[in-house]
Amino acid sequence: MSDYKLSHLQELEAESIYIIREVAAEFENPVMLYSIGKDSSVMVRLAEKAFAPGKVPFPLMHIDSKWKFKEMIQFRDEYAKKYGWNLIVESNMEAFRAGVGPFTHGSKVHTDLMKTQALLNALNKYKFDAAFGGARRDEEKSRAKERIFSFRDKFQQWDPKNQRPELWDIYNTRVHKGESIRVFPLSNWTELDIWQYIRLENIPIVPLYFAKERPIVEIDGNLIMADDDRLPEKYRDQIRMRKVRFRTLGCWPLTGAVESDADTIEKIVEEMMTTTKSERTTRVIDFDQDSSMEQKKREGYF
Amino acid sequence: MANENNNTKLDIKAFLDKDEQKDLLRFLTAGSVDDGKSTLIGRLLFDSKKLYEDQLVALERDSKRMGNAGEHIDYALLLDGLKAEREQGITIDVAYRYFSTNNRKFIIADTPGHEQYTRNMITGGSTANLAIILVDARAGVITQTRRHTYLVSLLGIHHVVLAVNKMDLVNYDKAVFDKIVADYKAFVAPLGIEDITCIPLSALEGDNVVEKSDRTPWYEGPSLLDFLETVPIDRDRNYENFRYPVQYVLRPNQDFRGFCGKVASGVIHKGDTVMALPSRKTSRVQRIVTYDGEIEEAFPPMSVTLTLEDEIDISRGEMLVHPEDLPTEGRCFEAMLVWMDEEAMDRDKHFYLKQTTNTTRAHIDGIRYKVNVNTMEQSPADKLILNEIGKVVISTSKELFFDPYAANKQTGAFILIDPITNNTSAVGMILNPVDDNRAASEFESVITLNLPELGIAPEHYEAVEKACKEIERRGVELRIIK
Repeated sequence: MSDYKLSHLQELEAESIYIIREVAAEFENPVMLYSIGKDSSVMVRLAEKAFAPGKVPFPLMHIDSKWKFKEMIQFRDEYAKKYGWNLIVESNMEAFRAGVGPFTHGSKVHTDLMKTQALLNALNKYKFDAAFGGARRDEEKSRAKERIFSFRDKFQQWDPKNQRPELWDIYNTRVHKGESIRVFPLSNWTELDIWQYIRLENIPIVPLYFAKERPIVEIDGNLIMADDDRLPEKYRDQIRMRKVRFRTLGCWPLTGAVESDADTIEKIVEEMMTTTKSERTTRVIDFDQDSSMEQKKREGYF
Repeated sequence: MANENNNTKLDIKAFLDKDEQKDLLRFLTAGSVDDGKSTLIGRLLFDSKKLYEDQLVALERDSKRMGNAGEHIDYALLLDGLKAEREQGITIDVAYRYFSTNNRKFIIADTPGHEQYTRNMITGGSTANLAIILVDARAGVITQTRRHTYLVSLLGIHHVVLAVNKMDLVNYDKAVFDKIVADYKAFVAPLGIEDITCIPLSALEGDNVVEKSDRTPWYEGPSLLDFLETVPIDRDRNYENFRYPVQYVLRPNQDFRGFCGKVASGVIHKGDTVMALPSRKTSRVQRIVTYDGEIEEAFPPMSVTLTLEDEIDISRGEMLVHPEDLPTEGRCFEAMLVWMDEEAMDRDKHFYLKQTTNTTRAHIDGIRYKVNVNTMEQSPADKLILNEIGKVVISTSKELFFDPYAANKQTGAFILIDPITNNTSAVGMILNPVDDNRAASEFESVITLNLPELGIAPEHYEAVEKACKEIERRGVELRIIK
């Protein structure tokens, strides 16, 4: 009897694959949103697993804020090419041409225009009726309550008080024209699960996760990497080489590094187990106010 | 000093290798607003050292501003995620929490206790292996305790922990605990819950939550966490009756036709003879394919891809089974239905019904009775409203393949979707099939396409049939006349 046992990771994997297949079967035009981060890397591998030996029947879309780390973009292009993904890259070019950026406009305006607006424009442009995201419920308090299949109205907004009941593994995928569903196949994974899975499955991730000497400047207590020459003049003579790694990846001026010697997954996990900071604290955008993530999500941010 | 550090240093490889082997327990917590449920969860998370320092710093700041726990840290603030409910000081939706110990990983569905949100408890409990029902030691078994227990039994959750909280406020008195346990056992006996464990504890003080407490020397059972870590759950799934609802058909090239799905129940081996429903055609399992290679057998809840030795046309929503062990095939059944929608039941509506990977139109033919969830008394009803539960008769336009929910959760559960709003209006648990003569007459109005009459040339029939199949997959019944 007890021979039929799955480990928690095998169970989570099976659940995620089931969710991904359900979307492919029930929606006309799904897309997988790809942030190039470690969670996205796991989600993408799960999609490849769901349809092996066939090809994944939906595209991958990256919303490029134009301020991502260079290594992320390089990784994205190489990965998509190597694994035969249909990759869509979309940006808010209007705002980009107007010179919007975190240093000049602040993190809130930048995030709103280059991430949230860019995403909404792209979803409207392609008329996607379902979009996968790599969010996990253990990341942040407001995510803990979100459904796996999370309904969005015509304006792509989330109403935390009006969520569809979600029972067993029977997902309600019905939407009217213009409405859509965000789907989170990694909902039940924890940060440790993600690392463990990357380790066991040898999933490629962006090298920025591993510690290395990098050019760092300290801005408001955050360790910011000077990734290109858009770093304002006033910081340039403060750049020091420091051994750091990134626990999350995003726009380089908004993503703080941590000092670290962890250059393998085992060391990263060890650091995580003994560390005293949870992962989202290295994201500058979370510091506005306590409910800031919920606010952003209501407005359509992932 | 250096030596000591080396000794206490985490052996990360060993840790990861052990972590990899852990299984997963999903549990539900239910209690009234003031039973200290969030405090208990906070305590489990905190004492299992899952809380990171910066979350704690934020918590201290929040506690000072609006805490309700006096000088103690208010664990509830850590859990109550959303802005609106923080202001009300109550949890209003299901929130999922994650923690792990040396032996197991846990997913907690934290659900509210007050009356208007029964639907959230049902939601949180549907995937749970175990339920923790909290009572306040001062109040004992109250109406809400009964309601929560009834819902837990309805969902078929095998293991229940009655957590008698706030023992510190009754001086850890054995007599108080014994009385509550006796009351509870008397009430719960007819509900047929397999495994019930009662634990006296104080979430606020930490007694019997993680460690056994000196203050209840008379209590001989395990601490709550000990129990959660050791309760056997691998027998809770059905490994007897093979049911494989086809989820997705994979045809990457001419030579490969794979049927993707999750093993809902039972076990399938390479070489097994299987029957496809509804066609009743049989074949043998040629290969069980996964990304990581072929495997010899698959069991629940694995997601795999099966290939068959013979070319059989099988679509999403159809089911593979062992030919000697068939589910019920039918269009009419009795079920317990929980109404989840603000909009009351409209008996004239033809809902979408989704069961396994199958979607069809459905009609609520009648209500046998509704259940008062507080007293479990039955009374006649002509409709159900939000949070009401009743025994109903449902008929569907398409044949379903099902088992009673009590025997097989995966093939006995369904949801009803409102065809206009698309809300999940109700969720149901099948009890038994019903003779569907009545149902048949009600569903004669199937859309019929008479192809010759429509002037469609025979060479287009195949394309039309393909398009119709696609439409049927989305739940609309069509008939084609050639």
